[in-house]
Amino acid sequence: MGVLLEVNDLVTRFYTQEGIVYAVNGVSYTLNEGETLGIVGESGSGKSVHALSMLGLIPMPPGKIERGSVVFQGRDLVKLSKDEMRLVRGAEIAMIFQDPMTSLNPVLTVGTQLTEGLKLHLGMNQAQADRRAAELLDMVGIPDARKRLANYPHQFSGGMRQRVMIAIGLSCNPKLLIADEPTTALDVTIQAQIIELVKRLRDELKMAMIWITHDLGVVAGLADTIQVMYAGRIVERGPIRAVFDNPRSAYTLGLLNSLPRVDAEGGGGRLHQIEGSPPDMRIEPIGDSFAPRNPLYRTERCFTEIPPLRQVEDSVPGHLVAAWYDLPALRKQHEMEKSKHGN
Amino acid sequence: MEIKTATASQEVKQQREVILSVRGLKKYFPITSGIIVQRQVGAVKAVDSVDFDVYKGETLGLVGESGCGKSTTGRTVLQLYRPTAGSVQFEGEELTTLRGDELRRIRRRMQIIFQDPFASLNPRMTVGNIVSEPLIIHNVYNKKQRREFVEELLVKVGLNPFYINRYPHEFSGGQRQRIGIARALALNPSFIVADEPISALDVSIQAQVVNLLEDLQKELNLTYLFIAHDLSMVRHICDRVAVMYLGKIVEIGPTSMVYNNPLHPYTQSLLSAVPVPDPTVEEKRQRIILGGDVPSPANPPKGCNFNTRCPVAMDYCYQEPDPELLEIEPEHFVACHRVT
Repeated sequence: MGVLLEVNDLVTRFYTQEGIVYAVNGVSYTLNEGETLGIVGESGSGKSVHALSMLGLIPMPPGKIERGSVVFQGRDLVKLSKDEMRLVRGAEIAMIFQDPMTSLNPVLTVGTQLTEGLKLHLGMNQAQADRRAAELLDMVGIPDARKRLANYPHQFSGGMRQRVMIAIGLSCNPKLLIADEPTTALDVTIQAQIIELVKRLRDELKMAMIWITHDLGVVAGLADTIQVMYAGRIVERGPIRAVFDNPRSAYTLGLLNSLPRVDAEGGGGRLHQIEGSPPDMRIEPIGDSFAPRNPLYRTERCFTEIPPLRQVEDSVPGHLVAAWYDLPALRKQHEMEKSKHGN
Repeated sequence: MEIKTATASQEVKQQREVILSVRGLKKYFPITSGIIVQRQVGAVKAVDSVDFDVYKGETLGLVGESGCGKSTTGRTVLQLYRPTAGSVQFEGEELTTLRGDELRRIRRRMQIIFQDPFASLNPRMTVGNIVSEPLIIHNVYNKKQRREFVEELLVKVGLNPFYINRYPHEFSGGQRQRIGIARALALNPSFIVADEPISALDVSIQAQVVNLLEDLQKELNLTYLFIAHDLSMVRHICDRVAVMYLGKIVEIGPTSMVYNNPLHPYTQSLLSAVPVPDPTVEEKRQRIILGGDVPSPANPPKGCNFNTRCPVAMDYCYQEPDPELLEIEPEHFVACHRVT
């Protein structure tokens, strides 16, 4: 499979009245054709801003892409003009957002919003576009598709609106779908419906996907590759099994340990907690941004030097981590000390 | 054998003290029509005849999807909404008939923590004023004692007492939720309704707040009604769980029973829909995907409430009235025609 997308050292900052916000601080990765990448991070981790930067959706000013390139099928998206970008967005790369109520236009019918892209990108006439729009609504599981084209967004439920968004996203057969927390606002039973739908469509249409979320569970069931972000950087990345079974960043480990599971007996013990709060993004990072919250494994170097993202030596190819410490060795050492104290 | 288990469960019940007893609780919101003369044309049955007990010192989880009536139940229990019908007994006292000062007196004993730590704190008040407001209203302590007590409370919820003169916007989401918890604890309540207290917080902060709630429960012998939609967290924190659908409790029982042996088809599909952070498990999991959406509580379906989405509904589920909660195994109650 060929490389579809190559992000190189992307840096995005916001120049606000309260100072410079260091939102994305050098993000590099590649995405293959047909691959599903799950990007996990908390608010302020840069996961959404980096995606918006790729598509030229950052308000400028106050935002600014300082450096880096986003090469999609041989073209650098950062260098495209607004008009050129518009032809890529929606046609070759589609994006769906968290809140389907605010990302659909409330005063236009769903049919109008669906056919807009078809006419612009695929040059269809109204009749062709209407026919295709009905097919799309049918494909995402909206009953009575033909009639519902005349409805407005408020006439759909939350789950149905997200289906409409997906239909719009897929209308021009994109090579890449970027989904930014698309199920966060939905209930679990509706989330399960949407994820099943997206998985089916992804396999049918053979498109690549970037799924941005804070929910490690969703990524576990959906992605080929996981990328964990913290303070505008990738802290760990790799094939999904390798990262879940053998996490190498203290942040990934902390997140996995702090999650209670619906399939395992709870009861008794305290949850593992990550101390402190996420960093203030107005301070330019000079070291490992997670170091202040990582008393167990951090080293002196974590405070002074930014760790590069590198291949984990004794793991599968493509399992990368940005850390100065050797997590498995330190964990083993801690366990041995613990058992010594126990005896 | 059956008789034996029944008596055993009765013994267990007798040992525990009921702190809150809810019977036949209903909360209907009127739907009106007309601009000048408003006529009631219908009702949203947000809570439609709910029965449950909460035992002293336990955490009862109330779960369900948005619009199922779980938050309305919590607020109606506290008399923040006055119920349409039914009874709420708290520490032996009937709340639904209380008014004015009597109600205010009992409110010292029951408090609420809200979901949104941004909207539930007054941005123009300092942390000290927010946390001491309940003390002023109920006329507890003089000014100096109040300040000392508030500082103590801030330490208890893990905040630096040095921050007492700061404003809410200077704090992160997790810290704000701690302020909300300190405010709820100010009058030394015995019962707290926690209405989605962690769902607005980042993943790495959720565990901190949950641990804090558990520590405080042990230290102060608190009883929680924990309203949530995160079923994984509910399994961790709750002793018993009640599952709501369209204004009714469809299943209630000890957490391990409900999670290991869910009997209502809604509970089964709800649990199967929750993603597990483990790719190996996710690959093998069988999901029960429910079709469609939750019907409107203004116009619930005929027969069983769940029949429009139920994967195992039979003819009689559409004809017979909505099923009652029945005890299937000790303390485990289910409302489903297919089970009973």
